[in-house]
Amino acid sequence: MNVLEVTDLRVGFAPDVQAVRGVGLSVGQGEVLGIVGESGSGKTALALAVMGLLPEGTRTSGSVRLRGEELLGRSDRELSRVRGKDLAMVFQDPLSALTPVYAVGDQIAETIRIHSGATRAAARARAVELLDLVGIPGAARRARAYPHEFSGGMRQRVMIAMAIANDPVAILADEPTTALDVTIQAQVLDVLRVAKEATGAAIVLITHDLAVVAGFADRVMVMYAGRAVESGPVDEIYRRPRMPYTIGLLQSLPRVDGPAGEGAARGRRAPIEGPPSGAAPPPARCPFLPRCPVADAACAAAEPEPILVGPGGHVAACVNTSATADPAAVFPVPDVAVPPPARRPRRERPIVLEVADLVRHHPVYRGALLRRRAGSVHAVDGVGFDVREGETLALVGESGCGKTTALMEILRLARPQRGRVAVLGEDTAALSPARRKALRRDVQVVFQDPFTSLDPRMRVADILAEPLTTHGLPIGRRVEELLDLVGLEPAHAGRYPHGLSGGQRQRVGIARALALEPRLLLLDEPVASLDVSVQAGVMDLLEELRARLGLAYLFVAHDLAVVRRIADRVAVMHLGRIVEIGSVDEVYGAPAHPYTRALLDAVPLPDPFLERRRRRVPLRGDPPDPTDPPPGCRFRSRCPRYTALDAVESRLCDEHDPRPRAVGHDADRSVACHHPLIAAKVEL
Amino acid sequence: MAAFLLRRLANYAVLVVLAASLAYLLAAAALTPRANYEGRAPRPPEAVVDAQLTRFNLNDRTPLAERYGTWVAGLARGDFGRTWQGEPVNAELWRRLGVSLRLLVLGAVLGSALGVLAGAYAAVRRGRTADLLVTFLSYLVLAVPVFVLAVLLQIVASRTNQATGLRVFEWVGETTPGASDGPFGALGGLGDRVRHLLLPTATIALAQFALYSRYQRSMMLDVLQADFVRTARAKGLRRRDALLRHGLRTALIPMTTYFAYTSGLLLLGGMFTEKLFGWHGVGEWLIDSVTRGDVNAVAAVNCVAAAAVLLAGMASDVMYGVLDPRVRTGAVA
Amino acid sequence: MRNRRALCGCVLLGLLLSLSIAGPLVSPWGWDDTDFTAFRQGPSARHWFGTTPSGRDVFALTLRGAQKSLLIGVSVAVVSTGLAALFGTVAGFVGGWTDRVLMWGVDLLLVLPSLLVLAVLSPRLGGHWLLLVPLLAAFLWMVTARAVRAMTLSVRERESVLAARFLGVGTPRLIARHIVPQLASLLVVDASVNVSVAVIAESALSFLGIGVRAPDVSLGTLIADGRGAATTYPWPFGCAAGLLVLIVLAVNLLGDGLRDVLDPLSPSRGGGR
Repeated sequence: MNVLEVTDLRVGFAPDVQAVRGVGLSVGQGEVLGIVGESGSGKTALALAVMGLLPEGTRTSGSVRLRGEELLGRSDRELSRVRGKDLAMVFQDPLSALTPVYAVGDQIAETIRIHSGATRAAARARAVELLDLVGIPGAARRARAYPHEFSGGMRQRVMIAMAIANDPVAILADEPTTALDVTIQAQVLDVLRVAKEATGAAIVLITHDLAVVAGFADRVMVMYAGRAVESGPVDEIYRRPRMPYTIGLLQSLPRVDGPAGEGAARGRRAPIEGPPSGAAPPPARCPFLPRCPVADAACAAAEPEPILVGPGGHVAACVNTSATADPAAVFPVPDVAVPPPARRPRRERPIVLEVADLVRHHPVYRGALLRRRAGSVHAVDGVGFDVREGETLALVGESGCGKTTALMEILRLARPQRGRVAVLGEDTAALSPARRKALRRDVQVVFQDPFTSLDPRMRVADILAEPLTTHGLPIGRRVEELLDLVGLEPAHAGRYPHGLSGGQRQRVGIARALALEPRLLLLDEPVASLDVSVQAGVMDLLEELRARLGLAYLFVAHDLAVVRRIADRVAVMHLGRIVEIGSVDEVYGAPAHPYTRALLDAVPLPDPFLERRRRRVPLRGDPPDPTDPPPGCRFRSRCPRYTALDAVESRLCDEHDPRPRAVGHDADRSVACHHPLIAAKVEL
Repeated sequence: MAAFLLRRLANYAVLVVLAASLAYLLAAAALTPRANYEGRAPRPPEAVVDAQLTRFNLNDRTPLAERYGTWVAGLARGDFGRTWQGEPVNAELWRRLGVSLRLLVLGAVLGSALGVLAGAYAAVRRGRTADLLVTFLSYLVLAVPVFVLAVLLQIVASRTNQATGLRVFEWVGETTPGASDGPFGALGGLGDRVRHLLLPTATIALAQFALYSRYQRSMMLDVLQADFVRTARAKGLRRRDALLRHGLRTALIPMTTYFAYTSGLLLLGGMFTEKLFGWHGVGEWLIDSVTRGDVNAVAAVNCVAAAAVLLAGMASDVMYGVLDPRVRTGAVA
Repeated sequence: MRNRRALCGCVLLGLLLSLSIAGPLVSPWGWDDTDFTAFRQGPSARHWFGTTPSGRDVFALTLRGAQKSLLIGVSVAVVSTGLAALFGTVAGFVGGWTDRVLMWGVDLLLVLPSLLVLAVLSPRLGGHWLLLVPLLAAFLWMVTARAVRAMTLSVRERESVLAARFLGVGTPRLIARHIVPQLASLLVVDASVNVSVAVIAESALSFLGIGVRAPDVSLGTLIADGRGAATTYPWPFGCAAGLLVLIVLAVNLLGDGLRDVLDPLSPSRGGGR
């Protein structure tokens, strides 16, 4: 029986902005519906419309029925009896979604008391039970703590506890794991699963991440420009997608289990070109038309209606389904314009960047008023690696592991707190100011957020000219050359950043970094804030540029699938240390450190079949406090292998901090673990 | 918390000492109490004036450093010195401080509390009549300086008194002499005091109301869109309850820093109010003492004012800590 | 300008400005003329806003006062905002001891009784109204400087500024090209807020007799002169007070409107810094 039914829902904001345009969905008891869409697809507006929480002045029409009762058009008073009781919601950002001034136990208890009239004590007791259910250790004590005292994952558990407090019929979860690290994401998804089983509620999981949905949802709905363009059973959608947008999305998704190899042989994904269309008033045509490779005249005639294309109610809003019968043939695999030059073996290539025993500790002050020094964060605590010409080294790890700090330390080109940084053979500690400025030409950076990394008050032409004028170089036709290099039009030179899409801005950021013809590019999560379909294009560009210009990349990322796609070598960081470093193929193929293994396990695959069969050992708990790393191995409190060791073996972990040592066949591979998962190289 | 407060206090104490010293030095260097004696008829002999001035540590022929030393020594004993007429400053200061507090506290509490409520209400009813009314009123009052506001209120009061033929409003001093000797006894005295309080309190309260309502309205507007208010509604609270229980409580936090800022304005406004309504408070004393060149009185009032401003700063810190658990339990900042 | 408030403020301020400039040109009486045939009269065709007890034309006097008040207010705002921008960016960008010393100076100035300093210094400096400008400005820049510093601290860490820094752009150009433009909206808004504060401060001082002094007039002196008889003969007081209120109202509207337009996400929206 369907508990939540939405039909022909329309949401309009300002006079001419239609966020949701006639979406219908239905979820049955205990069923999980995944809604997938990129930014601007209208998925959050849809959720808020169902909850009746859209801001005043929003036009909503259609029908939302919960167990047959119409919710749309009801007053706030009537809706408030349904919200939080039968219909609950989990929001994206659990820090801002919890009231900062009340203890979490009280906030959960409030949810109970609003609807049941329980006594204060009973509600509190129930709140503690719920916190225990969602896996918060020491629930009775933690119930009295405030939201800021919890980590992101723990806060999201609190949100889930709040959502299931009154045994809801349906739960809407809007990007519940987006702000979280991959290991924590796996934990939270497990909690959501527990919650579903405890309440039997229908769940609507909204996300931009196709991989998250694959293992969790029963049915999937793909949204594009405010419309549901394809929906059906999860296996159908992933095996036989019929809407070109879905196909492109699935194909452009980087995967941790992707094929190994370099460049084109690595399986170039066909990118979906162009930015996703905004919420502009739609002309009467398929909204995906400008980006569609198989469009024909019929697509421009009218907006296509969903038609049945497969079993289990698999529908797609596409008029040209005959062309999409074979998903693999929809997007042509582009010819590789420049065949990757045969690289010399790694050992023979010159070292561009060398880092040895780098240390960076930040002082930590606690409290906003009672600012007292409370130790220091061991952000980077003895990190060493090298990057050679023509290769990409990726630093991966969860947030707070020190990867960005390491990058910034290198960028300063100054004497580090401890250790050594050498760029092109020059020790940064010994640089004169003039020499340092000259060296900046060789080391450039691309930042994560293309919205903040470009000065909004400067035109693209000025942004690209600034590095040249700074170093006294002639501008000439360089701006046009740079735009061409990153795949932009000369006309873009006259625009301001806000006139560009996210992907275009990031291209400008890359062009600025390339203006001085550097030899080393440091990339700080360059694709993390882009939509999947835009990510693919930017990654292709980066790969192409590296091959053409013979660059070396140091690539900081949290997404292991992206790293798999772009890097040659990978260094896995944990609490300011590199726990494992080696070639991507070897590390991903046979991880030696239990942490690497756990990270790889936690990454969801965009394949429902494989996802269901995976056996994973999720990491427990949160990373330890970086101000006070535990003695011995820093990972042992979360280490799945540690628990399986006998007393003698585990004493080694308790007492001795593991040093990196060579492992496997590769001379450049090392792991910092006393009990690696693959045999240590026999030391001769 | 206690250790932190102590450190703050020490920091503040240094600032107060410095500010008070600077104020004394400035006043002592620039003001000329001698003129008060020389202006007398018949003009007293020079030596007599000198002796008199020296006795009160007001002699401008004594080196500044020496006078400052004497002043500090007195202050260390808790003695602010003498006025130019030889009366002890301390006694007068405490008396006038009482008068000022009677005036300021009521007006400030009333004005800020009403202002916070009105501002929050206006934000919730954004764009409606109530909001427009509150916004208009606060804009208007903010544009009216205290010394104009006070006179305007006096004009209205005098018209009302004329129209009703009664003395409903009083606008000179704290009491009418002999008010409690009337048929109602002490009760009549109290009523008389209330009537005298009415207008000056209204002046101060209005100014505070305008400041607080405008600020609270904008703080509340920020909170209206906050995620946690949406969460509270998703839990089943109605919009109004979510805004009151979750929104207003959180929007009060930034008001604590604002409190410190407005307290300085309050003191200034209080000064004008006292002067205009003939209340013999500290503010009026400062103005009069500056014109009379009464160095010790000026220095004493400034000491108190500096201390008051810093006390307000401390109070706002403490309120911040009380209202915001993030401060209390020390998040990693 | 789409903002209604800013538009209202702009129009009102424009009207007041043109009145204070054009008014004296059309008025038959100069501000220092005395009409010995009309003392303390109400409005008439001869004296549009009436006369003072000493026979001066209220219309001419009020406009003269408004001119002075506006002139002082705007100059003070410009000077104090400039000071704030200078000290704020330097403290925020350079940091370290420079920052500490500057901010400590700000604290001290905030605690120092400005009224006393002004009262003591202003008569000693000859009493020319121009000297009021630096005096007032010296006590008005601190709050803005704090805001500028706080904002500089956050702007300094913005990726666009970091990117420029890692390109090798030098500190002065970094401040001029990348930091100050990002503070522009804050500075514009604060300058306009400071105009209203300065106008009130000037008239308050003049009201107490320690600002602009006779024979010159400002709105403050006119209000002080007219106050005594305000209940029975409100013309001189009413005109000066009304004009003062209108000026401050216009500037406040303009400043708040600008804030909404330029700085829609400012946490301090609605004043109070």
